[in-house]
Amino acid sequence: MRDALLDRDIYEPEEGEIMEVAMGPHHPSTHGVFRMDVKLEGERVIKLKPVFGYLHRNHEKIAENGAYLSAIPYTDRLDYLCSMTNNWGYVMAVEKLAGLSVPERAEYLRVIVAELTRFQNHAGLIGFLLQDMGASGTPLMYAFREREKVLDLFESLSGARMMCNYMRFGGLRVDATKEWLDEVRSLVTRLPGFVDEFEALLRANEILLARTQGTGVLPRELAINASVTGPMLRASGVNYDIRKVDHYGVYDRFNFKVPLGEHGDVYDRYMMRLLEMRETVKILEQALRDIPEGPVMDPKVRLRGLRPKPGEAYGRIESPKGELGFFLISDGTGNPYRYRVRPPSMINLTILEDMCLNHNIADVVIILGSVDIVLGEVDR
Amino acid sequence: MLGEGIIQGLVETARNFFGSYVEKDRLTTVQYPEERNELPEASRNFPFLLFDGPDPEAGLRCVACQICEKECPPRCIHIEKSKDKKPDFVGKPQAYPAVFNIDVSVCMSCQICVEVCPFDAIRMDKVYELSTDDRFRGLLYTKKELAKSNEYYQQIHPVEAAETDERRVKEAEEARAKAAAAEAAAKAKAAAAAAAPPAADASTNGAAAPAKPAETKVTPQ
Repeated sequence: MRDALLDRDIYEPEEGEIMEVAMGPHHPSTHGVFRMDVKLEGERVIKLKPVFGYLHRNHEKIAENGAYLSAIPYTDRLDYLCSMTNNWGYVMAVEKLAGLSVPERAEYLRVIVAELTRFQNHAGLIGFLLQDMGASGTPLMYAFREREKVLDLFESLSGARMMCNYMRFGGLRVDATKEWLDEVRSLVTRLPGFVDEFEALLRANEILLARTQGTGVLPRELAINASVTGPMLRASGVNYDIRKVDHYGVYDRFNFKVPLGEHGDVYDRYMMRLLEMRETVKILEQALRDIPEGPVMDPKVRLRGLRPKPGEAYGRIESPKGELGFFLISDGTGNPYRYRVRPPSMINLTILEDMCLNHNIADVVIILGSVDIVLGEVDR
Repeated sequence: MLGEGIIQGLVETARNFFGSYVEKDRLTTVQYPEERNELPEASRNFPFLLFDGPDPEAGLRCVACQICEKECPPRCIHIEKSKDKKPDFVGKPQAYPAVFNIDVSVCMSCQICVEVCPFDAIRMDKVYELSTDDRFRGLLYTKKELAKSNEYYQQIHPVEAAETDERRVKEAEEARAKAAAAEAAAKAKAAAAAAAPPAADASTNGAAAPAKPAETKVTPQ
């Protein structure tokens, strides 16, 4: 028996033979349920097809069948790591559609919660990216330690850690107390120290440099043509940040820089997140300094039974992952005639093949990790 | 020097490891079933129904207006209105829910039912560890399981409960004052009608006015 096993021919692929592998939908590094059909020649990727839709939950149709108010908790579940920015994108579209105004204090609080969201998203993403690279546990634990502090603040403000359901068209659901703002202030003073620590942990690590530099290069022209947005676009050297371009909310009042990359590889995308975390802290400091007193909700707004005039509106914000847009068409009834989400994760994912070709199969995992996708948003 | 970056990282890990013995900030986890973090006041998960007084059936604030049922995004609330009526906290006769079910396996804890409720009848609970081996009946909460006292509400959301109670006391007083004023006005009208010549008594105006106070009669709680 043993001899028979030894005598059997061992399978060796011939030169130029192609193997097809389905990575996912249960692969642990796919950040959810996502499949890549990869064609390999040896270890080299020669074709890659992203397959998604495993997490499709009919988000757009549900929102079209419900009132304007009832879509807000569903937007929490798009990119479930950043519910605050999702809320903001949607309420901004409704505010444009119905011509509603937002009180000053609410605008500042929106900036504060959105920037805290950006911070915790980037910290989490870097943790996951390093985990994909093989730095098991430690960086992710450090990232989650800090993320937990932000989520605790969200819980004491809005009632839930992740599914905040905090914003309303015309303002916010509840006002922040003085104690809450003081807690944010004390957290913000500690955040730069955390970023330093996080950066010292692995930024200069030789293994990380060898794995990430020159891997998954996204050329500038391709990034623009594929309408990639967010830190991924800026890592390729395109200066485009909706906070600077649109000045939505009160972002024109803050002094902050937009970090830009040069090479568009995985390392640049990793550094982009680290640098953005530092800029986020700057915005938070200014917003916490300038926040005025006053109401957080426009009293004239009717949350229940809102019926905007017929028309259409597109609200877009710079979510941590890129341009998050909500397109609404009203026909004058209590629910939207058409509701469409422009998810940054999905559009950033479409150029995955171009970044992965001619790389080893092990690099596909970190290239995917650097795109920063959340499947809740990709599949909706 | 090759390896410098790795050493830098290891120094950071060592700092965190030894730091966890002295700095409390670096130790963030708790030993869960034995130790528990206290939930913040705003914390929420599933809705419950409030009742005043000792009897959950009689004191239930819900008047079965079915607004929450209509506004609930995942439609997890099911209400059947009663045929008869009973007085509410200001003494106005109101319907009550004959059936009030919430399927917590469908509920997404969004708090919209709380926001739209005009009667302060539904609030968010803070309970967790709700797992059950019966996934159909065990997660469908009926009126009996949902009804919780105002004292419990004051305990879990003290600030919010104090505000609500204050507002309700004010509303009840206003309603009582209004009812009393209406009664006085009606009495005055009736007296005027009685004093007036018999020709005025036959008019519909005079006849309708004395019938009014019976409807807005105040019944103390």
